[in-house]
Amino acid sequence: MLMAIGSLTAMGVTLGTILGAAAKFLAVEENPLEEELKALLPGSQCGQCGYVGCAQAAVALAKGEAPVTVCPPGGKAVIEALAKKLGVTADLSEHEEKGPEHAFIIEDLCIGCTRCLRECTTDSILGANKLMHTVILDTCHACSKCVAVCPTEAIVMQPINVTLGTWHWSKPESGQHLH
Amino acid sequence: MKLFQIRGGIHPDYRKEQTSEKPIVAMPLPAALYIPLQQHIGAPAEALVAEGDLVKKGQMIARSQGAVSAPQHAPTSGRIAAVAEIPAPHPSGLPQLTIILEPDGKDEWTVLPSPIADPFTVAAQAIHARVAESGIVGMGGAAFPSAVKLTLGTQKKLDTLLLNGAECEPYLTCDDRVMREYTEEVIDGARIMAHALGAPKIIIGIEQNKPQAIAIMTKAVASIAGVEVVAVPVQYPMGSERHLVQALTGRETPARKLTADLGVVVHNVATARAVHHAVRFGRPLLSRVVTVSGGAIRDPRNVEVTIGTKVSDLVEFCGGFAVRPERLVNGGPMMGQPLPSLDVPVVKGMSGILALTAEEINDSPTNPCIRCGTCVTICPCGLSPVEMSSFIRKDNLEIAAKLGVMDCVSCGSCSWVCPSHIPLVHYFNYAKGMLNDQDRERRKNDRVKTLVEARTIRIEKAAEAKKAALAAKKTAAATESIPAAPAPTAEEKVNA
Repeated sequence: MLMAIGSLTAMGVTLGTILGAAAKFLAVEENPLEEELKALLPGSQCGQCGYVGCAQAAVALAKGEAPVTVCPPGGKAVIEALAKKLGVTADLSEHEEKGPEHAFIIEDLCIGCTRCLRECTTDSILGANKLMHTVILDTCHACSKCVAVCPTEAIVMQPINVTLGTWHWSKPESGQHLH
Repeated sequence: MKLFQIRGGIHPDYRKEQTSEKPIVAMPLPAALYIPLQQHIGAPAEALVAEGDLVKKGQMIARSQGAVSAPQHAPTSGRIAAVAEIPAPHPSGLPQLTIILEPDGKDEWTVLPSPIADPFTVAAQAIHARVAESGIVGMGGAAFPSAVKLTLGTQKKLDTLLLNGAECEPYLTCDDRVMREYTEEVIDGARIMAHALGAPKIIIGIEQNKPQAIAIMTKAVASIAGVEVVAVPVQYPMGSERHLVQALTGRETPARKLTADLGVVVHNVATARAVHHAVRFGRPLLSRVVTVSGGAIRDPRNVEVTIGTKVSDLVEFCGGFAVRPERLVNGGPMMGQPLPSLDVPVVKGMSGILALTAEEINDSPTNPCIRCGTCVTICPCGLSPVEMSSFIRKDNLEIAAKLGVMDCVSCGSCSWVCPSHIPLVHYFNYAKGMLNDQDRERRKNDRVKTLVEARTIRIEKAAEAKKAALAAKKTAAATESIPAAPAPTAEEKVNA
C-alpha cells in the first residue's frame, strides 16, 4: 500500500516538474509587436496590401519585410501610427493621400451577377441574383475589391464629400514660425 | 440671493446702446422664404411637401427624423416653389436642402393644434409633445431641440429651471428687448417649462447691464412663488450655461457632464416665449427676434423676422449699409460665425446679424507669444490656451486632448485678450473638429472590424455545414445502394 502511494507520488512529482520546465523552456515565442501592429491596422482584411489579411501584414511589418506605407485604405493616419510604433521615418513621397471614398454602383449598368457581394468583406453590398445591387455607404470601407470583379464596370469609387455635419475649421495659416 | 465667483472671463466693450433702446419692429413678409431642413443640432427634418404644393401658415412642411431633430413649418400661406439646395447660413457656405416658399399674401392659418388651457394640470408628456411638434429649438444660438431638453426631468432629478437672460455677447440686445416687451409671455413660458421638467424652482439670470429688464422682470414675478430674478455680474461669458449655473448655484459642471446632472436645466428667454405660444395658442415657431447691428448698418434695431427671410432682405429693412462692412457675423462678435454672404436665410438659432466696420474689428497680424500668461488667467474653463495651441500648431492633437481642448467652450476670451493676436480659439476649433473626425473614423473602423469578424464566422460555419451535408448524403447513398447490407455498427456510425 505504502509502496504504491510512494511510487505514484514520486512519478507524479517527476513528470510534473518535467512538464513545467518544458512549458517554460520550449514555449513558442509570439512577437508582441505583431499584435500591437495588427491593432493599428484597419482590420478589414481587404487584401490590398498583397497579404492575405491584416494579421499577415502585421507579421511582415514586424519582420521589416513590408514598408509602413503598406496599407492603402489606412491613409496617412495609419502610416504615421505604424512609423511611430516601429520607430522609423515614414517616406510619404510615394504616398498620395486620397480623401475618404466609398464604392458606388451605377444602377443602369448593374446586371445583378452578385460577384461583388461575395467579395465584400463587410457585407456592405445589398442585392440578389438578377436584382440590382446597392452599397451601404455607412459600412463601406473603400477597399475597392468590388470594383475589380464587376464585369460591367458598374462600380466606381466616389469621394465622400464634406457636409455641414462633418465640416470643421481648418488650421490657422498665420504664425507658423511664431510662438 | 448669494452669488458665486466664476473663473476668468473678460470685459469687452459692450456696444449694446446701438439697439437696446429701440423697440422691436416686425418686418413685413419678403417675396420669398427659404426654410432649411436643418436649423438645429441633430438629424435634418424630412420634407413633406414638393414643388407646386399649396400650404397654409403654420402647416408642418418637414417632419423631424430621429430622437434629436425638429420639424419645420410654413411661416405663411403660399405655394412651394422648390425644394432645392441653397447655401446654408454657415461659415462653410455649403449647400443644404431648403424649402422655398412663395407667400400668397393672404397669411391664412392652417388648423392649429388646440391650445392647452391649463398647462399646469396636464402631464409633462403633453407639454413635451407640443414643444416637439412646434419645432422649437434653443434660441440662444445653439439650436438644440428644446423638447429633448425638457424630457431631462424624466431621467434626472431636477430642482431648478434656469432661464438664461444673461446675453453676455456684445451688440446683442434681442433677449433684453424680449424680456422688456414680452415679459408675461416669457414668464408664462418659463413656468410651463418648469412644470414639464418637474423643477420646483425658476431662477431668471440677467446681467447687471440690463437694469430695465431686471426691474420689469422682478416686478412681474413678485407675486409668483418659486420664481426669482437674479442680477448677475457683467462678465463675459456669463451666458454660457455652465458658467451661469456656477455663478448662481456655486456648483461646477464636471467635464463631459450636463448641468442637468447637477439638477439644473438652462433655457433661453426667447425659447420660453416660443413655448408660451406653442402651448397657449398651438402656434409653431415661425418667427424670432434678431438684433441687426454693427457700425456698417444704417438703422440698427431689433426685428421680429419670419424664419426663412433672406439676410439681405433683413439688412435692406434696416436701411442697408451706411459703409462697406468689413465683416458679416451670424450671432455675437465673440462666438458668432462669419457669414460667407448675405444670400442666406434667417434660421431659428440666429440671434444677431452684425455688419462690422474695419474700426470695430481687430485684424492685427499675429506676433510671437510673449508668455504673458493672460490667456491662462482669463480662461473661464480653467484651461491653458498657450500650451494647447502650441501642441495643436504641431498637430500634436493627442496631447492637446489630454490638456482638455475638448472642454473648451470656444468663448473666444483667449483670442480677445492675447496681446500678440494669436488666433487661439481658431486653433481649438480646428483641433476639436479634427478630434471629432478621428473619433468618427475610429467608430467606423470598429464597426468594420465587427462586420468582418461576423462574416468570417458565418462563412466558416457555412463551409462546415456544407461538408456535413455532403457527408450525410454520401452515407445515405451508400445505405440505399446496398439494401442487403447490415445496419452500420456503432463504430462505423462514428466514423461516418
